[in-house]
Formats: sequence, structure tokens, C-alpha cells
Amino acid sequence: MAANSDAIGPHRAAARERAAQYLLRRHRFTWAEALPWVIALACFFLFPGRMVFGNQLLIWLMFAVSLDLILGYAGIVTLGHAAFFGIGAYAVGLGAAKLGWTEPISGLFAAALLAALVGFISGWFLLRYRGLTLLMLTLATAIMLQEALNLRSDFSGGYDGLPGLTFKPLLGLFDYDLYGHVNYIYVLIVLAIVFNLVRRIVYSPFGQALTGIRENVRRMHAIGSPVHRRLVTVYTIAAGIAGVAGALFTQTNAYVTLSVFDFDNSAKVMIMLILGGTGRLYGAFIGTVVYMVLEDYFSKLSPTFWQFGIGLLLVVAVLFAPRGVLGLIEDAGRFLSRRKP
Amino acid sequence: MPQFANIAVSILFDGLAYAMFLFIVSVGLSVTMGLMGFVNLAHGAFAMAGGYVVVSLTRNLGLGLIPSLIISAIVVGAVSVFFERGLYRRLYKATDLEQVMMTIGLAFMAIATATYFYGPIPKSVPLPQWLQGDVNLGFRTFPSYRAFLIAVGAVLIAVLWYGFERTNIGAKIRAAVDNRRMAESVGINVDLLFTLTFAVGSGLAALGGGLAIQLLGLSPSFAVIYLVLFLIVVAVGGLGSLKGTLLAALVLGIFDTAGKYLFADAGGFFIYAVTVAVLLVKPAGFYGREQ
Amino acid sequence: MKLLRWLGLAALAAAVGTAAQAQTVKIGVVLPFSGANADLGHQIDKAFDLYVKLHEKDIAPYKVDLIKRDEGPPTGAVAKTVTTELITNDKVSLVTGFVFSPSAIALAPVVTQAKTPMIIANAGTAWITNLSPYIVRLSFSMWHPAYPMGAYAHDKIGCKTVAMAYTDFPPGKDSTEAFKTGFEKAGGKIVDSIPMGSPVQVPDFTPFFQKIKDEHPDCMYVFIPSGAHAVGVMKAYGELGMRKAGIKLIGPMDLVPDNKLQDMGDAAIGTIVMGHYARDLDNPQNKAFVAEWHKAYGADSYPDFMSAAGWDTMHAIFDTIKKLKGNLSDGMKVVDAMKGWSTNGPRGHVMIDPATRDIVEDEHAMEIYREKNGKLGEKVLGTTKAVKDECKVLKLGRCGT
Repeated sequence: MAANSDAIGPHRAAARERAAQYLLRRHRFTWAEALPWVIALACFFLFPGRMVFGNQLLIWLMFAVSLDLILGYAGIVTLGHAAFFGIGAYAVGLGAAKLGWTEPISGLFAAALLAALVGFISGWFLLRYRGLTLLMLTLATAIMLQEALNLRSDFSGGYDGLPGLTFKPLLGLFDYDLYGHVNYIYVLIVLAIVFNLVRRIVYSPFGQALTGIRENVRRMHAIGSPVHRRLVTVYTIAAGIAGVAGALFTQTNAYVTLSVFDFDNSAKVMIMLILGGTGRLYGAFIGTVVYMVLEDYFSKLSPTFWQFGIGLLLVVAVLFAPRGVLGLIEDAGRFLSRRKP
Repeated sequence: MPQFANIAVSILFDGLAYAMFLFIVSVGLSVTMGLMGFVNLAHGAFAMAGGYVVVSLTRNLGLGLIPSLIISAIVVGAVSVFFERGLYRRLYKATDLEQVMMTIGLAFMAIATATYFYGPIPKSVPLPQWLQGDVNLGFRTFPSYRAFLIAVGAVLIAVLWYGFERTNIGAKIRAAVDNRRMAESVGINVDLLFTLTFAVGSGLAALGGGLAIQLLGLSPSFAVIYLVLFLIVVAVGGLGSLKGTLLAALVLGIFDTAGKYLFADAGGFFIYAVTVAVLLVKPAGFYGREQ
Repeated sequence: MKLLRWLGLAALAAAVGTAAQAQTVKIGVVLPFSGANADLGHQIDKAFDLYVKLHEKDIAPYKVDLIKRDEGPPTGAVAKTVTTELITNDKVSLVTGFVFSPSAIALAPVVTQAKTPMIIANAGTAWITNLSPYIVRLSFSMWHPAYPMGAYAHDKIGCKTVAMAYTDFPPGKDSTEAFKTGFEKAGGKIVDSIPMGSPVQVPDFTPFFQKIKDEHPDCMYVFIPSGAHAVGVMKAYGELGMRKAGIKLIGPMDLVPDNKLQDMGDAAIGTIVMGHYARDLDNPQNKAFVAEWHKAYGADSYPDFMSAAGWDTMHAIFDTIKKLKGNLSDGMKVVDAMKGWSTNGPRGHVMIDPATRDIVEDEHAMEIYREKNGKLGEKVLGTTKAVKDECKVLKLGRCGT
């Protein structure tokens, strides 16, 4: 017995060393990862007139990234993610309207905490279920939240919302302009910070565990991994991030209505993410940009029929690019590298 | 009639009519999802298509409502076979997400097409004389159309039950829902079975859509607005179960109607609260299989 | 010499070019062109186009360039983005359209900051015009038809008790509150107020109406968004035999939209609504308007109150262009030019109240009846002249800010 364990020892150590190296390597930034940020900044200078649109795009991007955490990495399929976006949005909205809490950055933290709290509580109960059951439970919870707020529409403003919200200038210095320039940089910086956080999570051992849960939950149970706890943790974090996105939405629009909770939004963000490619961090970036640019283009070209175009794109994407645009790029890359002699 | 009993009867009757609509459209979705595990979010689009076919048949060709409903169901059912063979078939092994995405894409395309041909303005259908007004059942009167809806539902339930429980094909479907691999290994042609079930399910959805025009109006967004309701009925009833879908439709339909009558302030709250309550206790629905 | 001549010609060309440009007024049109509410957008858009087509020679040498954008869903975010870009990128002189109140509400701070006039052709929440000094409304507020209906229902129709039912969103609440204020002032009693689900999907109205039927009020006041809901309401009302049970159906004109009236059948006969427009309204401007509409869009297409408002909106804009000689660069001057503007349009006499920048128009009580040719029509029973938005007059809630 002793001889055997000695024989296993060096193998196990070597394996552990390899695993550690792998994780460390993944952590390092590659040059390609700077690309999205460079592009985002370039857009600021190239398209100064489209910053209001760019703003909305970045917010949806953050929302999509938060969904990727639970959908792409943990494999949780939910139809109620807009609930957390809405909670963040209303936390800031009600804070500004009723409590006079107009400082933007602290508002973000408050929104994140509140959304994360709701995520924690709901996740603890709901993540025991899977499949269609979870889908319906998350959807029903989001709708009930919306209905509850509508019930007290004297408080929440109902579908006419809370208008005329004003926020203190950022850091006391930067006030908001009509062109949305300040807002764009603000959201971009927050996105960078949030994304860095997500990236660290994903490349950590925790992130690996999530992938394990997504791929084969039974085996994860079998090796003693605390599956439920991990799922609730990632759900909570994702809820918090979605809350930040919602908070930014209210701040940059100076207005929020109950429609932030709409099922349409949950569906839309899921489509964006899947188009780009789930579970690959940057899929959210590509998917959001592709969807929103196309939507913007089509709705100007023919305001009535962009829906057909998006539908067609989805069908074509599923048939020929099921792992999203990022999947296509990966396939192309593999194809090209194979062709090298 | 004493006031309380009168109210109860009203709620039950209206709830029953609404439940019949939910059942007729959702039963196809439940069986196809149970049989092939395929998440078909375009199901609402088939219902919408059925509704528009009825509109065209009654308004442009002047056919009566009943023949239009039957023709619409057959036409949509037949057309759905092309979709099944051409598109859906390729995704049977795909992930849930991919199925969701493709069928949502189909639904969007259907909505845009309907908008193009019929315009966004909601449509209605002319009713034959005997379906307008009320019908007197002795102890009180009821709206004729809703009575009609309940009658149609009852007939369909009987037919479907017979088909499911008493015919060979029904037995094969039940076997395949229970355990597909086993069914295949005893020689049941599950592929053909699915095409058949899909066609019938889509035809029923079309029928439901046509019947719903009088109840809820028809516009292109019908395809997605009511999709949530159908999914809820299927989830609460349990995939692949006729009994389950019926029970879920009844419970949800009656609770929703009762909620609206008694606690209108709470809005649609009831239907979702009931859904959550049932799913927390029985995650696979009333008669679903734990997976 | 030749060079000088060329330079001279070039300068002249440039001057003509800029003069021609200066003579084109860019107008941003923001309406829902897609989605469930697209038909509302189209009703107004058609009115805009028709007016421009028929009257562009009136403002010569000036021209208008309508830049159209999709308002998107009634959440406000899309409207805000597209309108802001119309102002900053396309440099429009003013923006108009706006079917949904959230869109107008979201844009109030934007138009104030940009000093760009917003001429509302539909959005009906009462306090919208208070949100910015650059907002002018040509359409209506919920209070315009609902408040006078309160007194009218009590005094002229004989409703002593009324049950109200409304779609559960702000316009529904506004309309019923307005009706209640007017009705109770006249001495009536409200027996129930029932919210009937969200505006997104048409619910099955039966349970709500059944409850009202069991309560036996004299009349029921119903507010729903104009469109599919209206047809559903009429169906439920008919099926439950409520008229036979002695419950009259009343409401604002949203209850019987002109382009759906023919589908409503016998159930609609006897319904009394209060509104500022009906297709059958008997004044020369309306007759001409409807005739031109049919000529342009076919015999099956009908204008409705939104089209009439759109028509008057474009009329006001055109008159402002004439008044300011094509120079709309100063937003406040544009707004000032519109204050007090009045005309006889398809709706009758309308005026923009200089104090509130909101519309003042006549409200007509109308009853649905079957004409000799078999079609359903509306006959005017009585008119309340020059109705203002009573919410602002009474300074209730947000209207008082």
C-alpha cells in the first residue's frame, strides 16, 4: 500500500502543478482582450453623435454579461433575469424620487446590493429546480414583482414611471450633457470594472466548478462539490451585476417605468447572448453589438419589418452557427490553423 | 338564484370557457414537449396563423365560422409538417437554448409576415346568428359563444382521450413519452409518431387561435403575448400528459377568472401565484414525470 | 474677368443653395411604426403625410422635411434615444408625434436642455405639459373627455350610480379619476372601480363585466386603450346582455374607435361616448378631411381622433412656419408662436391655451346608432364648448406642479 501511494504522489503533484499553471495562464490578459475596449473608445471619437445609442448598448452589454455568468457558465436557464435589472433600476429611481438619494455612484452600490439580496433569496429557493420548471418559476416571479409594483403605482409611478429624475454630477465634477458623452464614459468605466470582476470569477477555481456543474451536475454532486451553494453564489453575483446595469439605465435615462421588468427584456438579452455565444465571456460583447446595431439599422431602413430580419437571423444562426458568432470565429481559427503546413 | 351561488356559477362558467381555450391550444405543446423534449416557442405562432386563416376564410371567401375553423386546423396542421421535416427535425439533438432560439426566430418571422399581409390592426370574425347573444339553460342565461367554446372543448377532450387511451397510436405515443428508447427498441417508429403528433398539436393550436378571436381579438403579436400562458399551462400540467394539461387549464382558467372577479386589483397575479405554488410542490407539474 | 464671373456665379449658387436649405424646415416625427401599437402610429402618420401633401404649396417657398423614426415600445427608452439623435444628429427644428405618454415624459428634460419644441400629437397624461416649457400639445389629456362626461352622464343621461372599469395603467387611472371628479361634483355615486389587467394583452373582460352586472349600476364607464381592447369590451358587453339588464355603457371616445366601429355589431348601439372627434362630425372641415382621406387611402380606411389631432398638429406647425417666415431656429419663439393659435379643424374649434400650452377643444357627447345604409354611425347629442384640461385647472396632484 505504501509503495503504491508513493507511486501516485509525484503524479498527483505533477497534475496539480499542471492545473495551477493552466489557471494562471488563463488569468493573463492576451492582447486580443484589449480589442473590445479599444473599439469602444474609438467609437466615442468616431461617432460622437451616437453616444446615446452607445450608452444603451453598453448597458445591455453589462446585462448580457451578467446573464452569461448564470446561463453560459453555470448552465442555469432563466426567463426572469429582467427582474434584477428592474430592481436595480427602481432602487435608483425610487431612491432619487422619494429619498432624494441622487449621488450616482453610491446609488450603483445600493442597487447592486438590493438586487443581489433578492437574487440570493430567490435563488436559494428556486435553484433547486431545473428545466421547464425553473423557467416558469423565474418567469412567474419576475411578473409577480412587476404586478406588485403596479399595484402600488401611486408609489412606483406604474407604467408612466418616475419622471424627471435628476442626479448629482459624477464625482461632483462631470454633469450630464445632451449628447450623452459623460454618460458613455461613465458606463464604459463601470462596465470595465464589472467585467474585470466577472473575468476573475470565471477563471478562478470557482469558475471551473461552475463549468463542471453545467456540464455534468451529477458528477459534481458525486465528487462532493457544494452544487447548490455554488449556484446560489453565482446567481447572487449575476443578480447584483444586472442590478448595476438597471441602475445605470435609470441614471442615464433620468427616467424609469415598470416596463423594465418586461418578459421581452429577459428574452431579448438571452437572444443577444446566444447570438454571440454563451460561456465564452466575450460572446456577450459580440452578441449585444450585433443585435443592437442590426436592430438600429433595420428599424431605420424599414421600421415595420426589422422583426422579420431578426427572426431570420436567429433561425439561420441556430442552423449554421449554433455556438454563436464567437463559435464561428473559433471554428474559423481552428480551420485556418489546421491549414498551416 | 341566490347572489352568492350566482356569482359562483358565473365564475365557473367563464373560467371553464377560458380553460377550454387554454387547453385546446396547449395540449399540442404539452404532448410534443413531452414526446420529443422539444421546446417549441413558435407554438403561439401556429395559433396565430390559424386565427388569420379563419379571418381570411370568413371575410374574403365568405365561409361560415365552423367550416373555416375546421379548414384552418387542417391547413395549419398540414403546413406544420413541412416545418417539422425541414427545420425542427434538425434540432432534436440540440440544446434547449438552441431550440428556444430557433423557434423564437420563427415566431418573429411569423409575426412580421402576418403584419405584412394583414396589417397590425386587430381583426375580428363575423359570427353566425346562433352564436351571438345568449342561450337560456333554464336556471339562467349564458353567453352563447362561451357555451359553444365549452361544448367544443368537451368534444375535443372526449376525442383526444379516446385517441390517447383506446387506440394503438395513442398507446404508442404514451409509450414513447414514457420511455423513448424502449419504445424505439420495440419497433415503434417514433419519428413518424412525432410528425403526426406535431401536426395534430399544431392543428389544434390553430383551432384554438381561431376560437380565441372572438374571446381575445387577433393581432400579429398574439403569437408571443399568450405564449407565456401556454407555457405555464404545460409546465403546471406536466409534459406529455393529456390529463395534466386539462387539469392545469381548468385550475388556471378558473383561478384567473375568480381572481379577476373577486380581486381585480391584484390583476394577473393569481395565475402566476398558482403556478409558483404548484411548481414548488410538484416541480414536474400535476402529472409530469420527474426527470 | 472670367475668374470673377465664375466666382460671382459660385457665390450666387452657394447663396441660393443655403437659401434653399434655409427654406427647408426639418421636422422629427416619432411614432410607433412597429409592434402591437403600429396602427396607432400609422393613423397619425397618414394624417401628417396627407396634410403635407395637400398644403405644401401654402408655405412656399418654405418646405418641410419629415424625418421619421420608430418610437418603439411604450417604455420611453427607445423614444428617448431616437429623438435625442434627431435633435443632435439630424438637427431638426422641432419634434412631433409621440403616441405614448412615457415617451413624452422621458423626453421632457431633453427638449428643455436642447431648447427644441416638442409638439405632442397624442400622449394624453395630463401633467405632461407641465414638465417643460417647450412642450405644446395638440391632442388631448385624459381629462378632456372624461371630466365633462361626469356631469353629462348625471344630468343628461340619467346615470345616478356608475361602476367604472379601466385598464390598469396610468391613462386608465387618469380617465376614471377625471370622470369621478366630474360625476361626483354633479351629485352622482360611484359604486365600484375595477382595474382590468394590463394594456399589453386584451384580457377576457367577462369576469369584470359580470361583477358589474351583478351590482346593477345605472351606467358603466369604461376606459381601455383604443384598439383591440375596444372590440373586446363591446363583445363582452353584448354577450352578457348588459344593455338588456339596464346598464348603459358610457366612456370616452376610445371606447368606439372609428376604424373598429363597424366590427362592433349591434352591441354598440346605444353606447354614449364623450369625445372631441368622430368621423361623422358635421362641420365643413371634417367633411373635407374625411373626403380627402378616403381619396388618398381608400374607402375602407377611416381617420380617427388621432388622425384628426395629427392633422391639426401639422396645421399648427405649418402656420408657425408661415408666421416665423421659415426661421424656426429659436425654440422658444416657436412655442410662443403656437400659444393662442386656434383654428377650425376636423374636431371643430381648437385653440392652444397660452397659459398651459395644452389644447382647448370642444367635447361632444355622441351616441352610436345604426344609419339608414346599415352602417354604424355616431350622432352628436350635445356639445361642451372650449373644454380645458380640468386637472390643471383644479391643480390636482401632479397637474399642480
